Amino acid sequence: MTVPDAKVPAGDIGEKWTNHKFSMKLVNPNNKRKFEVIVVGTGLAGAAAAATMSELGYKVKVFTFHDSPRRAHSIAAQGGINGAKNYQNDGDSIYRLFYDTVKGGDYRSREANVHRLAEASVDIIDQATAQGVPFAREYGGLLDNRSFGGAQVSRTFYARGQTGQQLLLGAYQALARQIAVGNVELFTRSEMLDLVIKDGEAAGIVTRDLLTGEVQAHSGHAVVLATGGYGNVYYLSTNAMACNVTAAWRAHRKGAYFANPCYTQIHPTCIPASDEFQSKLTLMSESLRNDGRIWVPRDLDENRAASQIAEDERYYYLEEKYPAFGNLVPRDVASRNAKTVVDQGRGVGPLKNGVYLDLTEAIGRDGIETITEKYGNLFDMYERITGENPYERPMRIYPATHYTMGGLWVDYNLMTSIPGCYAIGEANFSDHGANRLGASALMQGLADGYFVLPYTIGDQLAAKLGTDPVSTSDPVFAESIAGIEDESKRWLSNKGTKSVDWYHRELGKLVWDYIGMERDSAGLEKAITEIPTLKSEFEKDVNVPGSGDNLNSSLEKVGRVADFFELAELMARDALAREESCGGHFRTEHQTEEGEAKRDDDNFRHVAAWEWTGPDSTQTRHKEELEFENVALTQRSYK
Amino acid sequence: MSGNPDAKTLDLTLKVWRQEGPDAPGSFQTIPAKDISEDMSFLEMLDIVNENLIADGEVPIEFDHDCREGICGTCNLMIDGRAHGPEKATTTCQLHMRKFETGAEVVIEPWRAKSFPIIKDLVVDRSPLDRIVEAGGYISINTGAAPDANLIPVPKDTSDAAMDAAACIGCGACVAACPNSAAQLFTAAKMQHLNLLPQGQPERWRRSEAMVETMEDFFGSCTNHGECYEACPKEISLDYIAYMNRDYAMSKFKNRKLAGRN
Ligand SMILES: Cc1cc2nc3c(=O)[nH]c(=O)nc-3n(C[C@H](O)[C@H](O)[C@H](O)COP(=O)(O)OP(=O)(O)OC[C@H]3O[C@@H](n4cnc5c(N)ncnc54)[C@H](O)[C@@H]3O)c2cc1C
Ligand code: FES
Repeated sequence: MTVPDAKVPAGDIGEKWTNHKFSMKLVNPNNKRKFEVIVVGTGLAGAAAAATMSELGYKVKVFTFHDSPRRAHSIAAQGGINGAKNYQNDGDSIYRLFYDTVKGGDYRSREANVHRLAEASVDIIDQATAQGVPFAREYGGLLDNRSFGGAQVSRTFYARGQTGQQLLLGAYQALARQIAVGNVELFTRSEMLDLVIKDGEAAGIVTRDLLTGEVQAHSGHAVVLATGGYGNVYYLSTNAMACNVTAAWRAHRKGAYFANPCYTQIHPTCIPASDEFQSKLTLMSESLRNDGRIWVPRDLDENRAASQIAEDERYYYLEEKYPAFGNLVPRDVASRNAKTVVDQGRGVGPLKNGVYLDLTEAIGRDGIETITEKYGNLFDMYERITGENPYERPMRIYPATHYTMGGLWVDYNLMTSIPGCYAIGEANFSDHGANRLGASALMQGLADGYFVLPYTIGDQLAAKLGTDPVSTSDPVFAESIAGIEDESKRWLSNKGTKSVDWYHRELGKLVWDYIGMERDSAGLEKAITEIPTLKSEFEKDVNVPGSGDNLNSSLEKVGRVADFFELAELMARDALAREESCGGHFRTEHQTEEGEAKRDDDNFRHVAAWEWTGPDSTQTRHKEELEFENVALTQRSYK
Repeated sequence: MSGNPDAKTLDLTLKVWRQEGPDAPGSFQTIPAKDISEDMSFLEMLDIVNENLIADGEVPIEFDHDCREGICGTCNLMIDGRAHGPEKATTTCQLHMRKFETGAEVVIEPWRAKSFPIIKDLVVDRSPLDRIVEAGGYISINTGAAPDANLIPVPKDTSDAAMDAAACIGCGACVAACPNSAAQLFTAAKMQHLNLLPQGQPERWRRSEAMVETMEDFFGSCTNHGECYEACPKEISLDYIAYMNRDYAMSKFKNRKLAGRN
């Protein structure tokens, strides 16, 4: 098999989506209720899609492993959401947002998808406001904006430091309304463990009830995966503890291509780890870089407190290297430079594993009150975690895994390579190329969920009018259920010596060391041998206590970690095959003389879409060539 | 990587509520927690305790958590009799061990409330909170039908007050802290977030009536103790309860036949 057709519509970039909406097959309102759609995930993407499809009339079943839809990881997003409203009259437009996103993604995304995203961004802001999302406002009563992550216009809408929370509450409330009218059936604490295929098409899913252990079959005319990203393959990340790749990975094992797994984003401003048992890393909003100066001591043996170090003994490495953008260079550049100075031995803090983010100057300039109003929440959080007062001494930060651009391959309709199975939100690979811009993930999740999928799904469903979903008593379901039950039994009877978390931590270290901020072929080859070795040890030696018929978090985690092992190996293969640097993927062999990422557009201007070929064989790499008809390919420069 | 050499460590004795299932009897188990770094979070301390239990062939303690940054509202522990523990305006996951003294005994229990039945150990079922939202905690607007976002200006103070209410993370600490297991603070926060905004006016009275009555189906009644506010990690103001009571009383008139004529 080759990569299936991406189905990008013909025509001018500004008209593709409009034309496509017109030419798609429609399902008439009375017929929509004859279709049953399964949505897995209730984050921004899943909740928005489930609510909107239900409003349109489809019957929806929605699943989450959380105890409530509103706990999804989307809730943690702090900074904001982009929308090309041009309310600030600073020259923004849909085209500019499109252009910035393609460039920011280092020319590794599909132009047509990105343009559609920029178009939808405008409607998202209207929708969210109408739902009651309390975006920040100016005294005149209109919406406020800020600039974010390297953008030269102010197009980011925000709700204090809790934008993700407020947008998710909006989508969750829309979902709650549909649950109340009985058109959406909600399954909480219910984890999808398999995608079921019949005659080459998605027929439904198999889930495990996390409270009773019961394995259940659910069938539908289509399955939508809105299950988030895979950043926790690194063990330590800014993701919530339960984020995992299992739903996407199990679909991959059933034939859905996995695209660009090596594109992961390391966020520059997180609180450094304090010890071995650190369970997660906390993000300090990127907005701090607007007012903070980043530095390390010049002297390698520096032991004095920050305030004792004179100005000329400080190395403001971003300002020195990138005079034009300074502390506001894109995330990948800021992260890599922090790693360089820490590796040189210039790190700060008890473990010498951070760099300073210093707001002293801003406090002097704007006054403590202004700074507190802007960042008070963040300062409090920092103090709670580190026990240090950021008003008195500069914060310590270090990069951490934050977002995954790779994910399930989807066509323009957001359908995976399995007919009838869709992927939306962070779970798909589509819009961010090799690097995501700040405030664009919320936008993409909601664009997919509110404004794209509910329409594109009809194109495929229309042909199924008059057919029932595959019966859950069909042998394909029974076989899948038996497989899942066996898997649980196998883990529970393993009686090994080490916990699931122990193996997850060890895996995370390998992935961070070899497939982290910088990669090279020697390291990647090591990863490709060491990951499977650790995996077979894990399979023999992991200890899963408890039983399978009630709440058992070790049992939940063991399957997720098993999938992370397989994903990690694929990430290494993908990173090795991509003999170039682009966005979040930095191969040390491929850099400019100044140490910047060097793309190879002649040979790698494509999406790598991997096909599962069985547990014991190397997956097949397919290419989807990317055409750039509107944005000229240039080397990014932030000097 | 090993830990910060300068960090102090603590030795604690935990008394943890263990209960195998909803209908099983429960009891306290005494578990030592040794060499705990003061830099750890409370939940990281429990992670270590669990690792040790697993190594000893025992079943680890189940507790709910996810974001570990104080925003998802999943974590929920009664620590020494206080919802989310001793630190004000702090969720369990954001509580750090430097707030404890070495040698202390720490009692860890699940949320205690009739409407939050225990599932296992420290995990409870908080789904009645979702039922309250489903009763009317939304603005009925279909996707795609919204007017331009700047069409309706909203005074900054109004928007800020709505945001203060909307900051509720739905953890249920208010219910757990209340002697009557009332859910007034949660319901008021969810309701007033919408009732304060111009966008929320068309359904204001219907929402107020439905949410309050659904709340009363599940939870106890409020006798103005204010314990909910003390326990709330987001410091949601008691004023919202007053606004809710006013809106509920008004709704009883407004929802009559003549509604809309004034
Ligand atoms: C700390 C932090 C801050 C961020 N800040 C911003 C920001 O300011 N702006 C921005 O644009 N982006 C930000 N992001 C990124 C953004 O929040 C995420 O990319 C986005 O919210 C993902 O949404 P989603 O709907 O795709 O997935 P999620 O919100 O992760 O939801 C996944 C859902 O799937 C469910 N699920 C997963 N697997 C299964 C399964 N097997 N069975 C059943 N259910 C399952 C989960 O229960 C959950 O409901 C931030 C991310 C982090 C970590
Ligand atoms: S774990 Fe999310 S609020 Fe505590």
